[in-house]
Amino acid sequence: MRYERPETIVQATHLLAEADSNAFVLAGGTDLLVKMQSDGFEADLVVDIKSIAGMGDVVEADDTFVIGAGVPCAALGENDALVAAWPGVVEAANLIGSTQIQGRCTVVGNLCNASPAADSVPALVAAGAKAKIAGLGGTRMADVLDIPTGPGKTSLKKGEIVEAIVLDKPLARSGDAYLRFIPRTEMDIAVVGVGINLVLDEGGAVQSARIALGAVGPTVILAEDAAQALVGSKLEETALDVMAAACSAASHPIDDKRGTVEFRKQIAGVLARRAARIAFDRAGGN
Amino acid sequence: MSSIAVSTTINGDDVEFLCRADETLLDVLRNRLGLLGAKEGCGTGDCGACSTIVDGRVVCSCLVLGAEAEGRTIETIEGMANGSELHPLQAKFIEHAALQCGICTPGFLIAAKALLDVNPEPTEEEIRYWLAGNLCRCTGYDKIVRAVQDAALEMRGERA
Ligand code: FES
Ligand code: FES
Repeated sequence: MRYERPETIVQATHLLAEADSNAFVLAGGTDLLVKMQSDGFEADLVVDIKSIAGMGDVVEADDTFVIGAGVPCAALGENDALVAAWPGVVEAANLIGSTQIQGRCTVVGNLCNASPAADSVPALVAAGAKAKIAGLGGTRMADVLDIPTGPGKTSLKKGEIVEAIVLDKPLARSGDAYLRFIPRTEMDIAVVGVGINLVLDEGGAVQSARIALGAVGPTVILAEDAAQALVGSKLEETALDVMAAACSAASHPIDDKRGTVEFRKQIAGVLARRAARIAFDRAGGN
Repeated sequence: MSSIAVSTTINGDDVEFLCRADETLLDVLRNRLGLLGAKEGCGTGDCGACSTIVDGRVVCSCLVLGAEAEGRTIETIEGMANGSELHPLQAKFIEHAALQCGICTPGFLIAAKALLDVNPEPTEEEIRYWLAGNLCRCTGYDKIVRAVQDAALEMRGERA
């Protein structure tokens, strides 16, 4: 195995583009190093991107927050402005792993590892986050929603690196939330995860909504029918019932040791109701 | 496989070592530098026995490459006592019998130190959440939590 620590994103993309095979980006390493321990996994090249300028920074601009690919999730929880703007995104990122894992794991890594159960991804999708992607031809932007294409698979082309996540500043009267179900109190893989972002109108009714479901399909699911069910409501029971049913209907989970299909579908609706309440409160609704 | 030359700071000392690209920081500490305090319980980030502080954050050294140590500041259990004077956490672990076989202990001490560095007055719940990535097969955790609480109290100077 070869270890490289380039100092520019251009060098990093060239290293990855020119690699014959089995080349990996190393950010926090909390997935990659675990894989490296397993039989049958081979890495010929590891490109550590943390020495590239900006990778370790959360940059707040007038309209956006830019979270570098090397920022450990623990640092998101320490960023008061980000917590105030996108509490659901930060809570989701801070649910990943133990204190020790939080010190290294990154949201970009969580996204590019492409686990269907990634906690931060539904929250990012609900928030409408974008990925800034560097490649040989320059930089492009893509919706976070479009990055995972299946378990362990992404739409990134050879040589491409997600260098940052870009979140717009939240709109007035908006709020986000993320909830997941696990059978213990912490440090487990989501059986179901739900991210919600609500924007209210001046009268306090839902003007627009985004609901993203995790761990109930091969990739994160944007539940558009469920979101539509909340528009115009103040989360009255009837609207919540329709929304929860639409979440269950949008879910296409597998049966595994952590949850059955039936259970996961139902829980998607239950969590969505609760997350919607939290997001509504945060948006200032009552 | 060629070796990588790494310069780093460990427990306040400048340290240089050579390692292979696929060697973890835990392997380097134990096998190349003779720092045997950090333990390998799992090698996959699940047990916390290898806990080490890198640039102020507690991490699993089994999930860090040795090569990544370049230019960083690392704290291990070997640097915790001040000469022969134990750190209050170490003293309280002994006083409260917060260890039996001791395999998990360096990891708990490093993680607890990292907690008290940022939060000198943690609640029991905060201690339990913070230390949830450190597994112990012997003590049942209660004595560990008490020892951390007592050490925090002493370090705040609220009781000798
Ligand atoms: S040996 Fe590193 S977490 Fe278990
Ligand atoms: S004292 Fe034996 S594992 Fe903790």
